[in-house]
Amino acid sequence: MFETLHGIWQVFPEGLRLVIIILLKIVAILVPLMLCVAYLTFAERKIIGYIQARIGPNRVGPRGWLQPIADVCKLLLKEITIPSGANRFLFLLAPILAIAPAFAAWAVIPFDDVKVLSNINAGLLYILALTSLGIYGVIIAGWASNSKYAFLGSMRSAAQIVSYEIAMGFALVGVLMAARSLNLQDIVLAQQGNVLHWFWLPLLPLFVVYFVSGVAETNRAPFDVAEGESEIVAGFHVEYAGMTFAIFFLAEYANMILISILASVFFLGGWLSPLEGLPASLFEVPIMGTLLGPGMHWLFLKTSIFLFLFIWLRATFPRYRYDQIMRLGWKVFIPITILWLVVIGVLIMAAVPPWFN
Amino acid sequence: MLCMPEIRNMTLNFGPQHPAAHGVLRLVLEMDGEVIERADPHIGLLHRATEKLAESKPYNQSIGYMDRLDYVSMMCNEHAYVIAIERLLGIEPPMRAQYIRTLFDEITRILNHLMWLGSHALDIGAMTVFLYAFREREDLLDCYEAVSGTRMHATYYRPGGVYRDLPGVMPQYQASKWHNEKEVKRLNRNRQGSLLDFIEDFTERFPKCVDDYEALLTDNRIWKQRTVGIGVVPRDRALQLGFSGPMLRGSGVAWDLRKKQPYAVYDQLDFDIPVGKHGDCYDRYLVRIEEMRQSNRIIKQCVGWLRGHPGPVVVDDRKLIPPRRVEMKEDMEALIYHFKLFTEGYCVPEGEVYAAVEHPKGEFGIYLISDGANKPYRLKIRAAGFAHLSALNEMVKGHMLADVVAIIGTQDIVFGEIDR
Repeated sequence: MFETLHGIWQVFPEGLRLVIIILLKIVAILVPLMLCVAYLTFAERKIIGYIQARIGPNRVGPRGWLQPIADVCKLLLKEITIPSGANRFLFLLAPILAIAPAFAAWAVIPFDDVKVLSNINAGLLYILALTSLGIYGVIIAGWASNSKYAFLGSMRSAAQIVSYEIAMGFALVGVLMAARSLNLQDIVLAQQGNVLHWFWLPLLPLFVVYFVSGVAETNRAPFDVAEGESEIVAGFHVEYAGMTFAIFFLAEYANMILISILASVFFLGGWLSPLEGLPASLFEVPIMGTLLGPGMHWLFLKTSIFLFLFIWLRATFPRYRYDQIMRLGWKVFIPITILWLVVIGVLIMAAVPPWFN
Repeated sequence: MLCMPEIRNMTLNFGPQHPAAHGVLRLVLEMDGEVIERADPHIGLLHRATEKLAESKPYNQSIGYMDRLDYVSMMCNEHAYVIAIERLLGIEPPMRAQYIRTLFDEITRILNHLMWLGSHALDIGAMTVFLYAFREREDLLDCYEAVSGTRMHATYYRPGGVYRDLPGVMPQYQASKWHNEKEVKRLNRNRQGSLLDFIEDFTERFPKCVDDYEALLTDNRIWKQRTVGIGVVPRDRALQLGFSGPMLRGSGVAWDLRKKQPYAVYDQLDFDIPVGKHGDCYDRYLVRIEEMRQSNRIIKQCVGWLRGHPGPVVVDDRKLIPPRRVEMKEDMEALIYHFKLFTEGYCVPEGEVYAAVEHPKGEFGIYLISDGANKPYRLKIRAAGFAHLSALNEMVKGHMLADVVAIIGTQDIVFGEIDR
């Protein structure tokens, strides 16, 4: 059996084999990602439910565990309505533009020391480029819908994302200065050591700015003015229904996970174990050693902490007003990041241990 | 001649299908970008002709309509209506009825303010307070249910008193597929005694609940940024615009009908009137929060009095109050009274009267003209929200779209009373 399969495999030309392997890798990343998105919505509803003294979805399946599946089925079966005044082409293009970068950015995420789809040297630049592209989907959606609410939503979103992109970019400049590399794998490796070697400590203000900008970038509460339920109804996706809406939804949650995973890669040592530095004999114990040592599970654990923060913020805070968000971005975050870049420069020049020696 | 592009303001149709329109407000906004130039509220989408309907029904049959005016402060509406009838009839309800009414007026005030707090916070984007507020509302609605059988439209007050005395037992939860015996036992823990026990238990708990809401909002920087300095109405302007209730007190005028023109037993109770300073959304928020605490104080005092003073809860007048079931079984006359009351009602002496109560939203007044028949010649309802909504344009001018939502929230608009 295996022999025959191997024989067939050998028949394919070299190039095709490479393409198939890459496609399989993409599937191996995207399918779990989609599942994560589905269950992130479930987790969100449950967590917010418990925060708000209720129990959240508990009817579909045991304790509500099939709720996301039911939601997907519902959204798939719903009619996709296109408003009569809308630009059909752009209207349908917008969700695709929103989701494509949200997925594509996953190509450079290092899941552990070998598992990364493409270990490119300009990984950080690639991330910056792709996360900024997602905004086109939102702008086009708002414009193509031919609705005033959607239009206001996309205007807000455009202004907001552009200004937070700058703060986020500067925060990442701090990371690349500290790691002396744009390669995400190298950034993780530069944080080797123990918890104190991770970049969250020397880059603490940038860490906070990065995460808050990330919340703003993904249009999540308290920065969700682009959707602003109670102000502009649903903002840019007010006219979308069924699967087209679901794609925006998917993109938003995929972006949330992306921001969380990036935050853990840049500031919390990615797949590195927080227990590094303990006696080496501990890591040689058969199963426990693997669990305690570096690996994907640490990355996912750190990511979940950030995702929980996303949800916690949403349950706790009122929404900022649009101009207040801009003020926070331009007058607080950008100055902080610029100031801290100087501080990092000084720290690097002085070769301050344990990070920069 | 140079051809200049025509620059126009954007007109946005806000509502009636809008999550923050509080029902059926249709607001035509003229906006310069996000800044509001003009707000034009359109009303009437919930018009049910309550005033006209009342003209064609015996007096008692309109009590239920009063519940449906401002459908989040039901019994306060009833109160104004029954006071108006009582004044025309020249009757005075027994003391116990007065206390029960005061008790339920304040329960209603808390109900209303909880609803306001929840929706106001939700409009500004804080979801959690909404559900916390509804948790406490649930208990108060249970009080409504215990006393009148319905959770919202109670129809509990009657000219001459209230429909019946407070029940000695509190309804309890039953075990179900979703709640097992143990959980139900926990839920029923404070429902073992009478309604008064339950209310007293509530008054013990409630101040901590208010602390919880305040912990989420009062010192929250985002909440303050969204409410401080928004929708400012100076003291004099608030008076000119005909504001009342928390809207007026938020602007610094210590005007409260419970103190200035006491009705029921408010003159015998000890409570304070919170007053704002700046007349912005934040001050009105603080005023309403404090009003909830004061209402809690009043409720406590009423519960204490009611425990020690059993007695009749309605005047003993066969013309106004139906006879008891038992009497009707053996007494022919009782049966006749019952029949007369439920077909023809009672006649009210000729005259005009204006009765106003301090409704949770402001001054709620009933102007009643009787020509001596069994139904009103004319009934005019003075709804507090109407005056507040009229000032919307003035309040939102120059603010941003997001502030419109905050201002609608702070006005505590309910369309049941505005459209009537």
